[in-house]
Amino acid sequence: MAKDPKQKSYLREFHKGIIVENPVFRLMLGTCPTLAVTTAAFNGLGMGAAATLVLIGSNVVISLLRNVIPDKVRIAAYITIIAGFVSIIQLFVKAYVPDIDKSLGIFLPLIVVNCVILGRAEMYASKNSVGLSALDGLGMGIGFTLALVVMASIREIIGAGTLTLLPNLVIPVTINLWSPMIIFILPPGGFFVYGMLVAIVNKITVKKGKVPKSELGCGGCPMASSCSRANQGECGNE
Amino acid sequence: MKENLLVSSSPHLRGGRKTNMIMLDVIIALMPAVIASCIIFGWRAAIILGITTGVCVVSEWLSRLIMKRDNTIWDLSAVVTGILLAFNLPVSIHPVMAGIGGVVAIVVAKQMFGGLGQNFVNPALTARIVLMVSFPSQMSTWTKPFEYGYDAMTTASPLGILAESGDTPMPSYLDLFLGNHAGSLGETCALAIILGGAYLLVRRVISPIIPGCFLATVVIFSLIFQRDILVDLLSGGVLLGAFFMATDYATSPINWRGKIVFGIGCGIITMLIRIFGAMPEGVSFSIILMNIVTPHIERLTRPRAFGKARKERKNNEA
Repeated sequence: MAKDPKQKSYLREFHKGIIVENPVFRLMLGTCPTLAVTTAAFNGLGMGAAATLVLIGSNVVISLLRNVIPDKVRIAAYITIIAGFVSIIQLFVKAYVPDIDKSLGIFLPLIVVNCVILGRAEMYASKNSVGLSALDGLGMGIGFTLALVVMASIREIIGAGTLTLLPNLVIPVTINLWSPMIIFILPPGGFFVYGMLVAIVNKITVKKGKVPKSELGCGGCPMASSCSRANQGECGNE
Repeated sequence: MKENLLVSSSPHLRGGRKTNMIMLDVIIALMPAVIASCIIFGWRAAIILGITTGVCVVSEWLSRLIMKRDNTIWDLSAVVTGILLAFNLPVSIHPVMAGIGGVVAIVVAKQMFGGLGQNFVNPALTARIVLMVSFPSQMSTWTKPFEYGYDAMTTASPLGILAESGDTPMPSYLDLFLGNHAGSLGETCALAIILGGAYLLVRRVISPIIPGCFLATVVIFSLIFQRDILVDLLSGGVLLGAFFMATDYATSPINWRGKIVFGIGCGIITMLIRIFGAMPEGVSFSIILMNIVTPHIERLTRPRAFGKARKERKNNEA
């Protein structure tokens, strides 16, 4: 919004999504696809790339239309815009990389209801300019992709003993040495790795002093920069 | 005048029993089964027992050290967890896998939730299930009893024989009772487990309600579905689970009504898995599932406080 007095740095809007406000590990968004598709590194990469493209597109369009969309029907409008982009991406994926389409299955069309994308539309794109929104989408998308790839690599190496970099390039890491712990590519292992990574990322960000440990309320909230009610002392989470 | 009154919170009368004494009682009660498993499965059983116990104690010590909490290895609960975990493993399991189980039991299932008394599921059973899901083939390879060494023949466990109805003959009741059949380390010798369970009951470490209801439910289901009652009772982990795992203080209900519900629930789930499930044995899953619902059982079976009205509604009517 133009009435926002503080100038936002383009660089910060881009890189905040990667670690400090990583959508998966810090904002706790998009948990469902994160847990579901991270059974092989390449799945994580494909999912992340698809979501990133949708995120940039929807952020730009929603930012352009932010003064046109009536407040009461904004969620429906966002979903429609996002669904349009998802359809485009899905057709592209089906046409050019059918392997991703096969391995992601239902989770590709489900990007429509991905919390990362809807969350950024609601929290960021509807309040900021087109350029900032595009950068935010790119940064968040890269953060999402990074999180998925890291998590999928850990789960695949421990749980299957391999690392799938491309659909037909499966590197045997430990499969020939000992039998892998299958539980890591099953749901319980997913939750375990997710929890551990969230703990590690929290530890890192707190140590760097980026998030003050003792600060409670809006100041300590990772969404504070994009929250409409920041510093008003009231929060929807309370 | 000197003040002689001391104000403190209840309880005012305390028994001399400490955690480590209860755990020592449990370890004594486990000893017959330890000896039986070493006789039945030989030196490999002793190695597995040593590995799981050692790994459990070391990971308890290390995790408490890293989390900067008091050292708790002397309450002996890690030793009990280690022995129980070994009892749940086949003798042919790779020692590294047994060690992973020990780490999962102590670090993931116990210390991450706050240590002894804070764990919501039984650590040894959690580790068994993690291993069973992770290494399904190694966890269901049973070797013949009294064949020591790495070239021991593999065979089916009694419940496996029952589930697959193949050509393998069922062991006799005496063999089932004395432990001369394939199975996990600690579950084969029913005699040793009953001895240990009786010791715990006599020492009043455990109450008879949970094992009683558990075993009674198994018998009733066995009758209803016309299975061999003695085979259902003596094979698999029912006895071990009923006496040593389902009675874990931290993960079972406190008052007697809750214990009845808990025991019956364990029995029902065990028998449902045995009769209709894809796996031949369901004791570990049944106890873990009942562990998870224990807080709800506690809430539903909360005893009436002394002096309170029997029911709120009666008050309103009067």
